[in-house]
Amino acid sequence: MAACSRIGGGGHSMDKSITLPPDEIFRNLENAKRFAIDIGGSLTKLAYYSTVQHKVAKVRSFDHTGKETEDEPLYEISVQEEITARLHFIKFENAYIETCLDFVKDHLVNTETKVIKATGGGAHKFKDLLEKKLKLKVDKEDEMSCLIKGCNFVLKNIPHEAFVYVKHAEPEFRFQTTHPDIFPYLLINIGSGVSIVKVESEDKFERIGGSSIGGGTFWGLGALLTKTKRFDELLQLASRGQHTSVDMLVKDIYGGAYGSLGLTGDLIASSFGKSATADKEFSKEDMAKSLLHMISNDIGQLACLYAKLHNLSRVYFGGFFIRGHPVTMHTITYSINFFTKGEVQALFLRHEGYLGAIGAFLKGAEEDSKFELQGRRLRSVVSVPGADPNQYSWGENYAGSSGLMSVSPDMFPMQRTRSGTLQFDMLEMDRLERQLVNLPLLLDSSSYIPDTMDLTEDAMAREYWLSCFEEALDGVVKRAVASQPDLQDARERAEKFRLKYRHKLQTLRHQPCAYGSLTVRSLLDTREHCLNEFNFPDPYSQIKQRENDLALRYFQKVVRSVEMLNWEDRQFALVKGLLAGNMFDWGAKAVSDVLETDPAFGFDEAKRQLQERPWLVDSYSKWIERLKGPPHKCALFFVDNSGIDIILGVFPLVRELLCRGTEVVLASNSGPALNDVTYNELQILTERIAAMDSVIHSGITKERLILVQSGSSSPCLDLSRLDKGLATLVRERHTDLVVIEGMGRAIHTNYYAVLRCESLKLAVIKNSWLAERLGGKIYSVVFKYEQPSK
Amino acid sequence: MKIKDAKKPSFPWFGMDIGGTLVKLVYFEPIDISAEEEQEEVESLKSIRKYLTSNVAYGSTGIRDTHLELKNHTLLGRRGNLHFIRFPTHDLPTFIQMGHDKNFSTLHTVLCATGGGAYKFEQEFRTIGNLQLHKKDELDCLVKGLLYIDSPSFNGQAECYYYENAMEPEKCRKMPYNLEDPYPLLVVNIGSGVSILAVYSKDNYKRVSGTSLGGGTFLGLCSLLTGCDSFEEALEMASKGDSTRADKLVKDIYGGHYERFDLPGWAVASSFGNMIHKEKRDAVSKEDLARATLVTITNNIGWIAKMCAVSEKIDRVVFVGNFLRVNTLSMKLLSDALKYWSHGQQKALFLEHEGYFGAVGALLGLLDVD
Repeated sequence: MAACSRIGGGGHSMDKSITLPPDEIFRNLENAKRFAIDIGGSLTKLAYYSTVQHKVAKVRSFDHTGKETEDEPLYEISVQEEITARLHFIKFENAYIETCLDFVKDHLVNTETKVIKATGGGAHKFKDLLEKKLKLKVDKEDEMSCLIKGCNFVLKNIPHEAFVYVKHAEPEFRFQTTHPDIFPYLLINIGSGVSIVKVESEDKFERIGGSSIGGGTFWGLGALLTKTKRFDELLQLASRGQHTSVDMLVKDIYGGAYGSLGLTGDLIASSFGKSATADKEFSKEDMAKSLLHMISNDIGQLACLYAKLHNLSRVYFGGFFIRGHPVTMHTITYSINFFTKGEVQALFLRHEGYLGAIGAFLKGAEEDSKFELQGRRLRSVVSVPGADPNQYSWGENYAGSSGLMSVSPDMFPMQRTRSGTLQFDMLEMDRLERQLVNLPLLLDSSSYIPDTMDLTEDAMAREYWLSCFEEALDGVVKRAVASQPDLQDARERAEKFRLKYRHKLQTLRHQPCAYGSLTVRSLLDTREHCLNEFNFPDPYSQIKQRENDLALRYFQKVVRSVEMLNWEDRQFALVKGLLAGNMFDWGAKAVSDVLETDPAFGFDEAKRQLQERPWLVDSYSKWIERLKGPPHKCALFFVDNSGIDIILGVFPLVRELLCRGTEVVLASNSGPALNDVTYNELQILTERIAAMDSVIHSGITKERLILVQSGSSSPCLDLSRLDKGLATLVRERHTDLVVIEGMGRAIHTNYYAVLRCESLKLAVIKNSWLAERLGGKIYSVVFKYEQPSK
Repeated sequence: MKIKDAKKPSFPWFGMDIGGTLVKLVYFEPIDISAEEEQEEVESLKSIRKYLTSNVAYGSTGIRDTHLELKNHTLLGRRGNLHFIRFPTHDLPTFIQMGHDKNFSTLHTVLCATGGGAYKFEQEFRTIGNLQLHKKDELDCLVKGLLYIDSPSFNGQAECYYYENAMEPEKCRKMPYNLEDPYPLLVVNIGSGVSILAVYSKDNYKRVSGTSLGGGTFLGLCSLLTGCDSFEEALEMASKGDSTRADKLVKDIYGGHYERFDLPGWAVASSFGNMIHKEKRDAVSKEDLARATLVTITNNIGWIAKMCAVSEKIDRVVFVGNFLRVNTLSMKLLSDALKYWSHGQQKALFLEHEGYFGAVGALLGLLDVD
């Protein structure tokens, strides 16, 4: 039920004295449209859709018909402006609503928006203010429908959205992997009262029950009993209290446990039972604690009764009573564990506070898209900008989002007031160009975890990687500046990037769970997001171009040298070539140092540096045995770096596979990340290789060699979020082998991924700390070939 | 009941239920005493009988519920009157002391006791009163006592009843209910805390749920909020108050019904939800707070009972326990809530001897004692 409090009192509590930093809070207002607002008991959440114009690096093939000159580069790189869609969500205290609305109005230009969707208990109280300030018509939406819509959206689009809370554990947050099918689930919203909603599908949900004993009861009764006015102060009181002096426990009645019923002595038999008989004073802390237990237990019990009655095991909790408060998350978790004997886990959501705003926004978007679709039929418009968001996949933008508990307006209001700074919490989501789905070849998509190491659990590894990324920052800044020699503001932007990313690292050091589980992948992705934020779309574009160019010149020579060998030697040379190629990786610091200082470090040198067999992980013999058998039907190959890696390492092996009668699907990144080869680059490279190699040429023309994009722009690989087209192709071609190459994709992620078909994961460990941890030295080789168990 | 004539326990016959807040005592006063027996009756036994039957109040806190007395009742082949007495658990030491003073221990009586206090105070009974308690399981006693007493006749009137038109003061009637075939039955025992049992037959029952929000919570919160001293006083205040001044109703939030979810405007959205506003805290009376506490606790119990009834597929819910004593307000609320939220499917039933079934069950324990 609605939290609808502290909103009243007219304008006297409004704080108009603040000034807002425009670059940081209500961003991208210029093109903003489709507003939605959720006004709760103490917090307002504003949502809008905007387009972000940012630079993207494009590659375009030159026309090579006829003459080819030696010094002409392989392809043309251009930086273009591209417009992408982004959703903005901002959370702030109701006291600042007027200031914020003024700010939005002043910065809102070029918008066709006429309506603002509004939800939450405060929506009607602020209706006039909204209409007056924004000159938008307020269109009210049902609160619970918005909440559910928002919940579906975050569960689908944000990995690590849901978590289990374990007090005193390291880490306290245990994030859940996103289940491919989010339905059915139970949402328990604890506002002033409690609503229990069963959600069965996108459009089907039902309020199956509720209770009047909720957050308002804690607050209201707490205020009466302790004379403490604020909700968060009451929680603080409770966290210091002892409920046993107020509650009548089983042992107060029995003298011990009630054994035959299995009721332990510490169990509460009667909440506030001691205050009924004992003639004494009770401390505020103790009463607050007793009240907290009473309410949490009551809600937990109801939740369990409903979960059991409807046979549901996924139970999410939300509402202002929960909203990131460790105290209430703990008591609810405790209660659920008690009543279900551990069968049901209480789940919480990282973006729980935004659900209403997200839902209200989506409602508006759906209505618009219906309207636009009608318009399209009439006018035959090709693209519908920002049509129904539910038709796309979205990703959390780590650069623009605050993260869990890193800034939480409702956590420490006292502290904040004293320090005088105004805190805003933000969530930004980017529309992904492609719709993302599971790789159909995952053995069990619901238990698949992409990341090999969870840095929230491993303090030592966390410390290492955080420091590692911090140390690498100078190099990244340098690279970013060098990638844009013609742009005068490059240095300034690069410094902004440095500040932003360093701040993110500091936040993560302080709160590792801020963006879900902390992993090497999330650290890499956050860096990419921050680089993009400051218009460094592809700092490695020229390097990739130069290396691709160089490597192409050696392609035929490498192929010829391999072809001379007998079958067995050839197979080994191909694998060695692939591994050597993989050493050329600008992502790894040890290698980038060598490459920067010694350009002569060549392909042959790399082969010499490689570890001799037996490798750190070595199932090569098994692989060779398999190759002696019938050819694979189709191999899906997740490629890694540009240059020597893809051209001299991957292509010769691809050639061999094609010759064996195996079809090959090459999957590369949709967008740039480090020096990884992108889909567009790979198209040009393949074209060039096909021109000089008949096997590749015929593979392309006969569609036995197919290039696809992965849907990702990360140096790592999440097999549960892949381009839908790739998934379709994998099914159509009956793929029976998956090759994953490189540290990012095969070690940091997917090392433990189990597939339904054969898989080959190979990488060179180019980080001495990681190599040591795995029991080897730098440049150790991982060659992990696995067959599905029958 | 089959009576073994051969070996009857010696008088006095007591059953005792020592709860968290109240001690419930059932005393069988034989009225078929022969002259011979009278002669043999030792002084101490006589004095106990006289003391218990000639008074309706004991000390400052003990009370005999005369209206519940079962007259001319046959138990173990003897005819007599069954008396129902209660006093606060914190006065139990006084009671034990009295037992000592009246030489209770010389009577070789079997004292059957149940409730948590049977365990907690066992030592004190032994050392101070020189009495050996026969401890009986609380829920066994409750079920046993309930099935014993619910027989159709209670001094010629019905033991079991329900409320018709509970929320309409003009039309509300207390109606007898025939519980001849009691199974299956959901029993909600509201003492300091709450236990919910599903009873399928005489020997087959299970505890399905419970809650710590019970009578103790009502009285505890009430005394903190209003400074009242007793259950009776708390109820008296509640009867004069208006809970909607403390509670936030659905209509307070939505201006009327919340149609999307079919919630009526009069339903409580948040118990004490209005009390988060200072001006409303200043305006509320102690009576309003007492009423809100009563309504909150009662509705919560009703809702949990309803859920258990659905999940156990039982339509008849009988509410017992001393929380309901002189508490028609709660009984009517429970009647209405169960009817409304189950769309008339479930029925709330009540029993005249609401709080004494555990003690009766303990008394019946005399049968099992050698």
